[in-house]
Amino acid sequence: MIPSPTDLYQRDRALSDAPLTDAALSDAAPGPSTSPANASPVPMTSRILLPTLVALAALALWAVLSASGLLPPYSFPSPLEVAQGFGLESAQGRLLDNIIASLFRVTVGFTLGAALGVPCGLWLGNSSRARAALLPHINFYRCLSPIAWIGFAITWFDIGDKSAIFLIFMATFFPIALATIAAVSSIPAVYFRVARDYGFRGRELLMQVTLPAILPQLITALRVTAGLAWVVIVAAEMAGAQEGLGFAIMDARNGQSPDLLVVNMIVIGLVGVTIDQLVVRLTLLPGVRWGYER
Amino acid sequence: MNNAHGVAKKSGDGQATGDSATGGSANGGSVSNGSALRLANVSRSFGTLEVFRGLDLEIGHGEFVAIVGPSGCGKTTLLNLLSGYDEPSSGTVTRAGAVRMVYQHDGLFPWLTAAGNIELGLRHIAAAAERKRQLDELLTLIRLENFAAHYPHQLSGGMRQRVEIARALAGDSDILLLDEPFSALDYLTRLRLRGELARLLRERPRTVVFVTHDIEEAAHLADRIVVLSERPARICCELRLDLERPRDLTHPVVVDAVKRILDVMGLRAAPA
Repeated sequence: MIPSPTDLYQRDRALSDAPLTDAALSDAAPGPSTSPANASPVPMTSRILLPTLVALAALALWAVLSASGLLPPYSFPSPLEVAQGFGLESAQGRLLDNIIASLFRVTVGFTLGAALGVPCGLWLGNSSRARAALLPHINFYRCLSPIAWIGFAITWFDIGDKSAIFLIFMATFFPIALATIAAVSSIPAVYFRVARDYGFRGRELLMQVTLPAILPQLITALRVTAGLAWVVIVAAEMAGAQEGLGFAIMDARNGQSPDLLVVNMIVIGLVGVTIDQLVVRLTLLPGVRWGYER
Repeated sequence: MNNAHGVAKKSGDGQATGDSATGGSANGGSVSNGSALRLANVSRSFGTLEVFRGLDLEIGHGEFVAIVGPSGCGKTTLLNLLSGYDEPSSGTVTRAGAVRMVYQHDGLFPWLTAAGNIELGLRHIAAAAERKRQLDELLTLIRLENFAAHYPHQLSGGMRQRVEIARALAGDSDILLLDEPFSALDYLTRLRLRGELARLLRERPRTVVFVTHDIEEAAHLADRIVVLSERPARICCELRLDLERPRDLTHPVVVDAVKRILDVMGLRAAPA
């Protein structure tokens, strides 16, 4: 999905007479190959076609296993049952409501985690004393599964949005802060020398040197953490919510409807992949490409 | 200090900056006797490691001085003292004018385009139109007009160093300090960039201190070559070359200078 350095080098040679435009940059985005120099090993059509074929093959295998009785209905639903369940769930609007409920909690919790985790990481990255004092504690909480907080979350915030948001925050804040600290500490010293030569100080230094210098690593960390948040929300909603995809999973289990279980599993996976695809688009910003191309 | 770039004391991230100057006014002040840079009786030690002891060096306005010496002899420490990034343990450093540094490699901010990086050198100019005019002039000067919007990782090593030099030439800097600026490049690119640098300095004359381990490079470019000894470094030989730039690498003056420096450093093979 990200072109190899060689591809881009060749592309840049080809473009050398023209300034790098938005069009040229979108060339770096997953999209149809426009020039032979940009030909990646796997063409775009195959990148859609091949996974689709694999999905169809899995579906066929599943159908055969169900029809032959190797996978009896009580242990796993047939594709047809799942399709019917999917129709029922979406017709009643429950599916969309649950997706929205889960997405809302993840968005708010993740945004809070990033909005506090990044500044916290910048501060700790720049202050060795604060880092010495707090780094072991941040590591401690990062190693503590956020689900362990669920009892307190329900006691403090009751069942619903607030406790789920709290759990997502606990799941994302610590890894984001840690990744930011690590990124700051890996900034080459020469950037700070250049910054000093050209008079960057204080806030300007932070916003125009430190932050852009860590941005590629930060985006990677945000991508990983967004995935983590989506995993955690399902567990969080299983116990602490009355709607959401996690709740739907629990509800389907209690109602002994394996077809709905599978419907919601598929939806959770698909939404997770979509979130990842959205976050990964941040890596296409022109000012961060350097972090992925050398 | 009469410039914005000389002697910022803290670099924000708390790198070692040797704030232990006991030698009094190490910075600032204009030099009355016409030299651009002057080290007077400068010593610098890091703990028990004595890098310089009682070093004297004077560099005139518009002079191109190359500093060569064995690796680890303190060439970079010398540049740091000259730029004000480091301060002497004793003695004084005086500089007349704004100092700009060109680094070995990776001195460009990778998140800024070539134009963005050069503009760092024009930050002190308030008027946007004037900044733009000077930026275009510099891009033309280094012949990278068509690469203004390229990021450093999209440029070749030679192009990157040209952008670095343009950034250092931007605005009204007076003194250029170059820390092995071509050492990361291949030989042919290095040769080409020597010519480039000579041309740029004809267009924009500056006082230049050029640190290199490449004796040939020093002889190819410098008005004066200062050869440093091993630690604690002292000046073991100075060489003047009266020859216009750009120079032919095989010109007798250049070849002779190379021979003499090799002699001084004890690097010439005994004739068979």
